[in-house]
Amino acid sequence: MKYQTQQVALYYFVGALVLFLSQVTFGALAGAVYVWPNLLAETLPFNIIRMIHTNSLIVWLLMGFMGAAYYLVPEEAETEIYSSFLAKLQFWLFLGGGAAAIVGYIFGVHGGREFLEQPLWIKIAIVGVMLIFLFNLSMTILKGRKTAVSVVLIIGLWMVALLFLFAFYNPVNLVLDKVFWWFVVHLWVEGVWELIMASILAFLMIKMTGVDREIVEKWLYLIVSLALFTGLLGTGHHYYWIGTPGYWQWIGSVFSTLEVAPFFAMVMFTFYMVWKGGRKHPNHAAILWALGCSVFAFFGAGVWGFLHTLANVNYYSHGTQVTAAHGHLAFYGAYVMVNLAIITYALPKLLGREPYNQTLNMWGFWICSSGVAFMTFTLTFAGVIQSHVQRYLGEAYMDVQDQMMFFYQLRLGSGLVVVIGAFIIVYSLLVPGKEAQRVNSTAQQPAE
Amino acid sequence: MNERLSISAARNIFYGGTIFFAVIFIGLVIDSVYYATDPETSNAEEINEQVALGKEVWERHSCINCHSLLGEGAYFAPELGNVWVRRGGAEDPEGAADYIKEWMKSQPTGIEGRRQMPNFDLSEEELDALVEFFKWTNGIDTQGWPPNDEG
Repeated sequence: MKYQTQQVALYYFVGALVLFLSQVTFGALAGAVYVWPNLLAETLPFNIIRMIHTNSLIVWLLMGFMGAAYYLVPEEAETEIYSSFLAKLQFWLFLGGGAAAIVGYIFGVHGGREFLEQPLWIKIAIVGVMLIFLFNLSMTILKGRKTAVSVVLIIGLWMVALLFLFAFYNPVNLVLDKVFWWFVVHLWVEGVWELIMASILAFLMIKMTGVDREIVEKWLYLIVSLALFTGLLGTGHHYYWIGTPGYWQWIGSVFSTLEVAPFFAMVMFTFYMVWKGGRKHPNHAAILWALGCSVFAFFGAGVWGFLHTLANVNYYSHGTQVTAAHGHLAFYGAYVMVNLAIITYALPKLLGREPYNQTLNMWGFWICSSGVAFMTFTLTFAGVIQSHVQRYLGEAYMDVQDQMMFFYQLRLGSGLVVVIGAFIIVYSLLVPGKEAQRVNSTAQQPAE
Repeated sequence: MNERLSISAARNIFYGGTIFFAVIFIGLVIDSVYYATDPETSNAEEINEQVALGKEVWERHSCINCHSLLGEGAYFAPELGNVWVRRGGAEDPEGAADYIKEWMKSQPTGIEGRRQMPNFDLSEEELDALVEFFKWTNGIDTQGWPPNDEG
């Protein structure tokens, strides 16, 4: 760590990891309700459990992105953060807002648009927090060196905030409601979040492989170009069946098929950089997460996205468990793993320890990733059955669900493996191991 | 990476290309907004106060986090975009409305091993509005989706 104010990232990373545990715990609970439908039915209905599951995910990923930004921007801009007071204030406001939203959900205080359930005043608070964040970060970049990594990152973050403004627009016309709801949901995760993800990966490649910045930054521009050229019109794959014109079936099919390209480029990029760098960075776990991130994102967002994105396939698979399979693997591969990569890289530096508990962290990687992969397979099988028996043969929804029970049981099992993996990862990151204590007692190594 | 591609060329491709695709996307979205509000191509003119109240009820209880509506939602409970025709609304509107309202009132079933829907304590006015919302949603031109009435 080179700059004192990078320390604020620690708040965000710890907050993110705690919410990560909340997310997977409530996810496992939701998976359990599929298997035992009467579980908590009166006290905590499924819709609330799911709301907490998805909202915890979104908040912790954003919190991780903020931490990543506060960590990497000073090193990129070669200057201290504009105001570490604002950064800390913003953290507590964000955490408080997120916690208030989740506690509110338990007591039935929520809106009714998927993922945007936050009550109006929480949404306003989120915008306030984002403005503090963006002001603080933009001022830091403006007073320092402007690199491609930090510029792409800040563009991505500004677009996150601007697109969130569509969350305030809720027309009575359901078709328009859905069209603009996707402005937040799709243009976030299949658009500007990819900018954030790619710039974090680029930063990690510069730091860990020692490859020339110029080469890394050209790759970065290539990846984010592919992401937006395909992702913007790729929104069309959500406009097939919601009351919008038929031409979206062609546009959506073509461009969302091409959405595989940026993820494939990320695989090429990370593996080529690590191979080309040839340098053995001591933080093996962080390299594993970075490589794993691009591979899992390629399969989750790329391959599993393509699986059901063509309009004539989507006609049968839309809104089945195939979508759930894709959603889980894509979010894990792209955004969970990129967060865990930067956290694994940065936490030892923030805590003034050498990379520690590496083996345990890597065990966590394999356990968690296997769990998510297996969950994806079970949901995919369930979804294929559902598409065929319900959509093609026309059997009733609940009858088909009963036939899918075996896969829901397997999904619960794999979900519990994910929970175990997540706890191992968080433990390995936050609790010092024996090796760390040894290193600490000998000498403080210079960072980087 | 290609030596001939300079970093500033790569940057310009990113900015230029993004603006190009964003303009096309926004143009098509504007066209879609007209499509979804024009009485020729949509049922937007049939939206009334009841439909609006029905949508509000739908959102207040976060139905979307169990059900799906036009295929979007939680997949834990049946699709409701076409629940109106599934319950016979095309032939017998009154019967379908009664069916949906009675269904809502009789929840939760409490049957062991069966997914449970909470009772939302809706007033008669809210129940009627919800039915109107489902009926209106069923009338959206969804390009022939879903493949059958089971949703």
